[in-house]
Amino acid sequence: MHLLNLYNCLDTYLVIGALLFGFGVYGLVARRTIIGMLISSELVLAAASVNFMAFNRFTAPDPAIGQIFTIFIMAIAAAEAAIAVSIVIAVYRNYKSIDTEDIVDLHG
Amino acid sequence: MHAIICQTSANPSLFSAEGFVGLIFLLTIGLIITGALVATCARRLVRSIAGLALCFTGVAGIYYFLLAPFVAMMQMLIYVGAVSILIAFAIMMATPEEGDLPSRRISALAGPLGFATGSLIFAALALLGTRTNWQVFPREGSADMKHIGTILLTGHSLVFELISIVLLIAIIGALVLARRGRN
Repeated sequence: MHLLNLYNCLDTYLVIGALLFGFGVYGLVARRTIIGMLISSELVLAAASVNFMAFNRFTAPDPAIGQIFTIFIMAIAAAEAAIAVSIVIAVYRNYKSIDTEDIVDLHG
Repeated sequence: MHAIICQTSANPSLFSAEGFVGLIFLLTIGLIITGALVATCARRLVRSIAGLALCFTGVAGIYYFLLAPFVAMMQMLIYVGAVSILIAFAIMMATPEEGDLPSRRISALAGPLGFATGSLIFAALALLGTRTNWQVFPREGSADMKHIGTILLTGHSLVFELISIVLLIAIIGALVLARRGRN
């Protein structure tokens, strides 16, 4: 496995997917604002898509299935982002804040 | 015991065409890592969303390397063009004046613990991905757009319709949620 031949190997793409997932989980735990957590969840979805596309390219019998599944993931991510953004706006209108520590009316 | 799945095992020189492609691939990986770092570590949300757009551009490049230019185009259109801009709108509408520098109360533990969790998950997933003997099936069928469209509207037509219904409900729900409480 040569450094300039990395793009032909499955392992490279799997490590990239794992890296994106790790960044996403770190952001989900460490970010303080709802929008920051939304951004990190988009990273997690991108990691899943990269994994699907990698296996689609290297091991799957039909190379169209993985692409179709990635397009489905994109549609779900778009719907999720729209819902999350409207929830963020509703929360901001009620609390004048998007900090997760200010939204503790139930003290959970 | 473990066979690395590579299409070719050549050792291209830097000045050949394959070597140049490999160099561009390394640049793409750099783009992804830089974008993800900025997206998760920047203190201002606007920089964070710019990093997310950068990271998505790198992922589109990865799709191009995975021989899926259609998905790469969709990635640029949907993620970089739509989702990032949508979140940027949310930042503009719902961020208090100094709200992107939040007050510190319990977050002293959240950063290191989050870093530990993320790096543990990364290490576990990377080891799992590189140590497993993935089974390679013989290739049947092509990856051109005509084939993708045929499969999408025959074998996966039910999922296709369901996705469109989900998107419709999400759009209506987003409108209702954002409209409520507004006089």
